[in-house]
Amino acid sequence: MNKSADNLSKIKRSLTRRNRAEARFQWCGRVAIFIGLAAVAVLFVDIIGKGHGAFQATYIKLNVSYDQDLLGIENLSDPEQLMMGNWDAVPKVALREKFTDVSGRRDKRRLNGLLSNGAGFDLKDRLLANPQLLNTTESIWLLADDDIDTYYKSWLDGEAYAARLSDKQVVWIDQLHEQGLIRLQLNTNLFTRGDSREPEQAGIRGAVMGSLLTLVLTLILSFPIGVSAAIYLEEFAPKNKWTDFIEVNINNLAAVPSIIFGLLGLAIFINFFHVPRSVPIVGGLVLTLMTLPTIIITSRAAIKSVPPSIREAALGMGASKYQMVLHHVLPLALPGMLTGAIIGMAQALGETAPLLMIGMVAFIVDVPGSFTDPATVLPVQIFLWADSPERAFIEKTSAAIMVLLTFLIIMNTSAVWLRKRLERRW
Amino acid sequence: MTQLKFIPAIVFAMASISATSSMARESIEVVGSSTVYPFSTVVAERYGRASGKLTPKIESTGSGGGMKLFCSGVGTNYPDITNSSRRMKSSEFKKCQTNGVREVIEVQVGYDGIVIANSVESAPVELSRKDIFLALAAQVPGAAEGELIDNPYTTWNQVNSALPDTAIEVLGPPPTSGTRDAFAELALEGGCKKFAWIKAMKKTDKSAYKALCHTIREDGAYIEAGENDNLIVQKLQANPAALGIFGFSFLDQNADKVQGANIESVEPTFESIADKSYPISRPLYFYVKKAHVGVVPGIEGYLNEFTSERAWGEDGYLAEKGMIPLPLEERRAMAKSTRSLTPMTGNEALK
Repeated sequence: MNKSADNLSKIKRSLTRRNRAEARFQWCGRVAIFIGLAAVAVLFVDIIGKGHGAFQATYIKLNVSYDQDLLGIENLSDPEQLMMGNWDAVPKVALREKFTDVSGRRDKRRLNGLLSNGAGFDLKDRLLANPQLLNTTESIWLLADDDIDTYYKSWLDGEAYAARLSDKQVVWIDQLHEQGLIRLQLNTNLFTRGDSREPEQAGIRGAVMGSLLTLVLTLILSFPIGVSAAIYLEEFAPKNKWTDFIEVNINNLAAVPSIIFGLLGLAIFINFFHVPRSVPIVGGLVLTLMTLPTIIITSRAAIKSVPPSIREAALGMGASKYQMVLHHVLPLALPGMLTGAIIGMAQALGETAPLLMIGMVAFIVDVPGSFTDPATVLPVQIFLWADSPERAFIEKTSAAIMVLLTFLIIMNTSAVWLRKRLERRW
Repeated sequence: MTQLKFIPAIVFAMASISATSSMARESIEVVGSSTVYPFSTVVAERYGRASGKLTPKIESTGSGGGMKLFCSGVGTNYPDITNSSRRMKSSEFKKCQTNGVREVIEVQVGYDGIVIANSVESAPVELSRKDIFLALAAQVPGAAEGELIDNPYTTWNQVNSALPDTAIEVLGPPPTSGTRDAFAELALEGGCKKFAWIKAMKKTDKSAYKALCHTIREDGAYIEAGENDNLIVQKLQANPAALGIFGFSFLDQNADKVQGANIESVEPTFESIADKSYPISRPLYFYVKKAHVGVVPGIEGYLNEFTSERAWGEDGYLAEKGMIPLPLEERRAMAKSTRSLTPMTGNEALK
């Protein structure tokens, strides 16, 4: 009697102790998750805070006249004339007509500095699309220079950064602002253009296309190879020293730093097979090497999770081993394999290191249209912009990071969704 | 065995790619120095937009890496042009020659200044090259002549009593950077030579002289901050006591955050670097393979654009990007020899 009561109180005392231990453990977990979430929140706030400005660009409204004599063009369909045309003169004349009191070489240069040096080419594109505009005058919003853009945005925010501007330029912008001739507008260049050394003309289209081409090739190559390797190893290969050896090697490859794959790609694809540098083909091949182990490992896990009873049932009904794998195991394992492939692709999307070696870290202006055009990828574009001296690239960098993060979130969410939707539990 | 079926297919696919690639290339390939990169990219873009042709592709591989690729051979698998923030070395010229790259056109495009800067929140700094050497070298002269001791200085006023009593803390580029090489050669060696007996050592024991004058201390006073100069600017802002080493164009763009130190009372400005009164500046070059001119379309157009007054002149767009132009006479002579595609003779005084 006495003894059992003793035991009971002992258990009671240990119970509260054990409950407290569990509560402490749970709180540790909550704190860990909180720290993780806080880090993500800080990252997002910082990037969005820096990058939101890049989605708008400063434009200045001017009266431009597409004067035939000024342009030195008679026939808009003659490419020779178009090339020689004095396109820069049109926005310059428009500025001079707006600010008639400006004289002197130095001041004129400063005045021309208000507009992007691509403004003339923008007008060329507009004139080619609308040939009837030749010899007419219109009032149009023209892209401002990046220094003006930085100044105008910082001035609107109340902390004007005028170190790159002369006093006169500040006065001119004040005048334009009073007359409502300067404003922020959606920055379409960011999404429609390739890279540029002028921040106001730089866009991510080239990098997004490069990433797309490279990833398509990576998926086409790595998914079939990875899945067939996994099926063979899991279903057909004999279990002996050799298959153990292969398994160890695949697991090793998954942990190899990605720069090594770049060196391998340089040695094999470029130096031996003479694949050209900087093209999506070589990028896709190198990223295939990198994602293969991930895909093989996840595919094997997916195949393993198919219960043996299904295989036995198929075989028992007289199916051959080939039919059993193709008709029963593969369809059931496919969701898991796809999830693995998406995660592998998301990894590949974020890689820069292996691409450094094969020339994809380069300044490429033209938007790539095929697998053999020189191309770069999104993370490389971020790296290149982060390294540029121009102040206006800081917000461009953050904007490109936002785009990359959006793609990654979409890919990872679809992986989770696929798993939830298609996965069967046994 | 399923996966083995892919291997011949891949080999075949790549063999066919390589067959097509070795035939022709439509756009110019440029490699080389990360210092020249911001300038050559601007020229490439202007050339592409104005001519309507493909824009040259530019890779930033560093001067040494660029030379290695450039001198590997002739043919469309090798780059056409390499940028460099120093002159080609004689060893590189020989390598070019042995690999069949016989005719190389050398173009000097301008200058770049290296600045030592601190946050605008702290007092401006006045330094001499001797101060820089004493503060940053791994070994410095001791009390007796000819004696060398490991760098004992921890604060600036130990180096020079006119300097403030703050800890020596300098953020700078890593050894792989051309900026670091140029800094060691111009600033450290420049200060090192101020000691007569070290200067005399150059004639007697050149390798020991170089080791002494070019080696930067590794006890934490000099902090390697990576190749990203924007990062150094940010770190200086966060730590007003530190100094940073980077290219002039970053000072130019961030004048509200950082200020350049005067070196031997000369302020780093556009003008002082151009007239060579600012002591830490270096020439910038690019090299062109003559055998590729006419084979790869557009090289001549790119050269013409680069050597035009509107690009590299005093009011040109490269000056706007922070490159310091050559004097007018030199510019004219250089443009002439470049446009006539005059190759290097091999008699240049290369190092």
